[in-house]
Amino acid sequence: MKWFLLRRLGGAVFVLLALSVVVYAAFYVAPGNVAQIACGPRCSPAQVAQVSEQLHLGDPLYLQYAHFLQGLFTGRDYSTGTGVLHCQAPCLGLSYQSDQQVTELILAKLPATASLALGAFVLWMLLGVGTGLLSVWRRGRPTERVLTWITLAGMATPVFVIGLLLIIILVTALQILPFPDYVPLTEDPEQWAWNLLLPWISLALVSAAPYARMTRASMLETLAEDHVRTFRAYGVGERALVGRHALRGALAPVIALGALDIGSMFGGAVLTESLFGIPGVGRELVDAVKHVDLPVVVGLVLVTGFFVVLANAVADILQAMADRRVVLA
Amino acid sequence: MSLVEVSDLSISFGGVRAVDGLSFSLEAGGALGVVGESGSGKSASAYALLGLHRGTGAKVGGSIRVAGVDVTAADDAELRALRGAKAAVVFQDPLSSLDPYYAVGDQIAEVYRVHNRASRRAARARAVEVLDRVGIPDALRRSRSRPHEFSGGMRQRALIAMALACEPQLLIADEPTTALDVTVQAQILDLLHDLRRETGMGLLLVTHDVGVAAESVDEVLVMQSGRAVERGPVSEVLVAPREPYTRALLAAVPRVAEARTSSGAKPADDTGAPLVEAVDVRQVFGRGKSALAAVDGVSLTVRRGETLGIVGESGSGKTTLGRMLVGLLEPTSGRLTRDARVQMVFQDPVSSLNPRRSIGESVADPLRASGERDEVVIRARVRDLLTRVGLAPESYDRYPHEFSGGQRQRVGIARALAAEPELIVCDEAVSALDVTTQAQVTALLAELQRELGLALVFIAHDLAVVRQVSDRVAVMRQGRIVEEGEVDEVYGNPRDPYTKQLLAAVPALDPALATVRRAARKELAAA
Repeated sequence: MKWFLLRRLGGAVFVLLALSVVVYAAFYVAPGNVAQIACGPRCSPAQVAQVSEQLHLGDPLYLQYAHFLQGLFTGRDYSTGTGVLHCQAPCLGLSYQSDQQVTELILAKLPATASLALGAFVLWMLLGVGTGLLSVWRRGRPTERVLTWITLAGMATPVFVIGLLLIIILVTALQILPFPDYVPLTEDPEQWAWNLLLPWISLALVSAAPYARMTRASMLETLAEDHVRTFRAYGVGERALVGRHALRGALAPVIALGALDIGSMFGGAVLTESLFGIPGVGRELVDAVKHVDLPVVVGLVLVTGFFVVLANAVADILQAMADRRVVLA
Repeated sequence: MSLVEVSDLSISFGGVRAVDGLSFSLEAGGALGVVGESGSGKSASAYALLGLHRGTGAKVGGSIRVAGVDVTAADDAELRALRGAKAAVVFQDPLSSLDPYYAVGDQIAEVYRVHNRASRRAARARAVEVLDRVGIPDALRRSRSRPHEFSGGMRQRALIAMALACEPQLLIADEPTTALDVTVQAQILDLLHDLRRETGMGLLLVTHDVGVAAESVDEVLVMQSGRAVERGPVSEVLVAPREPYTRALLAAVPRVAEARTSSGAKPADDTGAPLVEAVDVRQVFGRGKSALAAVDGVSLTVRRGETLGIVGESGSGKTTLGRMLVGLLEPTSGRLTRDARVQMVFQDPVSSLNPRRSIGESVADPLRASGERDEVVIRARVRDLLTRVGLAPESYDRYPHEFSGGQRQRVGIARALAAEPELIVCDEAVSALDVTTQAQVTALLAELQRELGLALVFIAHDLAVVRQVSDRVAVMRQGRIVEEGEVDEVYGNPRDPYTKQLLAAVPALDPALATVRRAARKELAAA
């Protein structure tokens, strides 16, 4: 188990490094004069040259990447022309737009996105797995058919449609919920949850559908396996068969998918954030892409990558704890 | 009242009638073998005894009484009370039949607690007790292991322990030894035999292997296409069968104790240069601590026109050796010279043909690979080859799923012949087939050998088949050849203790002989 953990975490670090190389290369090698972009459209050639100097853009690419890595692990200094700005580790560079540190920028937006993602994750897992199990339990009956249709509809509906419908029904017509206005958890936990409820529900409703389908398919497959047949042939009741002998195996792929989704959700749920005015990472990303703010884009991609890799590692370790054969593989 | 009473049982899946008007009974403490080829409905009938078709969409008709329970009329609770407590079942594949997530002891304890009011601790103790009874060494400690930490034979013992946990009156064993090596099979059959004598439970043994039935039961029921063909005491049915089908079935079973009936090609030419010569070849998989020598210093030669049988249990390295002979694997060390065109026929006729391509295309592959481009020539040659192996030439455009297992294996042979080989390596080429089909395919191989002067390397775990097709035989164990020689010499007068052990483990077809051999095995084990 110890070796498995080391191997798994080592793999995760390697993937992140590889990702950083690819992302760094893709954005900085992209056509266009980086110094010009960083400086802005109204800069004179002299100013552009100065920016190029500050950003070490004359250095070979591998050296630039080395500086970038160095910034990540030890921090680095930027000359602002008049003085020196120290960017603390993990330093992802400075925003071209605002000269703010990218790390600070992302950290400021992350709590809102994390709140949205984690809450919705819990809801959609419960909803998706629950619906999947229910349709297995009721297989061959009308309930299953109705659930299948609802799930299909859920997969086909974009979040802004469901979100708008919910706003119209719950906020405007019935006035049960307030129109969401993000309140940080640290300020007022109750208001935080109350305001996020609507975004959570919207996001969960659109995300749950694939989980329902997967849970159903995986459960039916597991129930047909030989070892389930064994316990059925030994008089074990259906509920224990599902709960004790099928669920664990059936949920493995569902959890793997969940890890992927929750990880990428940390990179921002752009539509949901925009719809409900949540000041999260997703909106920041859209903004950065629009203004070709390369350090912010690179930083956001890396942070998203970090969470995807982290969530996957956690899922794998959970899986290994549940099924010891994984460790041997 | 009988322990099992089945009358006019019929089972259909969709529109297909798997069992049709089957009636039989089994007295308390008796042992009945249900023997038949694949698709005869033997397993479906056995599952019906526990009501296992309920909820699967299969239609079950007729009446079934097991240990006083009317299975067709019983409600779910009554059925659950029957399953495991009064009648327990042992399935074929012991690895997939146990839950991978739980310790073996916990799984047995769970079953015990379903049927008995017992504390967790008491149920665990019972689990250890039955594991110990079925011969799991150090049962207390091993009861905490998960199934993947057990060997194949131990897993099957664990399943039998689960069956014993609630002291059932009836044990249903569905091909309990089919997935096991022959020496392990003998141990499991001996265990079942002892348990039956000791507990007095009835045994219903479902098997495709007549020898397994001869070893273990008093009465036998032969099934064909969902119907009972013949039923009677094992000593009568297997020694003097009345029905033509039973006679044909028995005639097709290869005998390990009899000399080869039909000789293959002309006697091997000792003077010619060998087609393939291996000198001290090794094949090592993995490296460092996990390195495993699958083949560990094997030397052999294959000469024109002869058949070399390679026999061994799983993990003995016989398949790896075969792959090296063909050139699919390069030996890690040693010398291997190949002075012939070599082809291979694989075990699984289902997965070794591409399901999305017509069989003609599959057979044409070696022709195209050797550079033939003329479609007319290819088509003519493939039709020729298909005729050669006993298939209609029109089957060129048909797909693998339209053929039976035996026919698919014929396609595999045609594909091997397409490259005009001088040597064909058959890796368990007939082990997935029913005995009658198996006999037809081995006859085809012998015929091809006579006509084309082919040399064959026949790799198999089945000692009887190997004896019936080979001129010479090599017995493998743990990557080495422990004994090699003329086939009648090795089988008639084995020198190596392992060969002796293997031969002693092969089930005898004659029930009287089976008893003698069981005693002999006990002596051999005690020695």
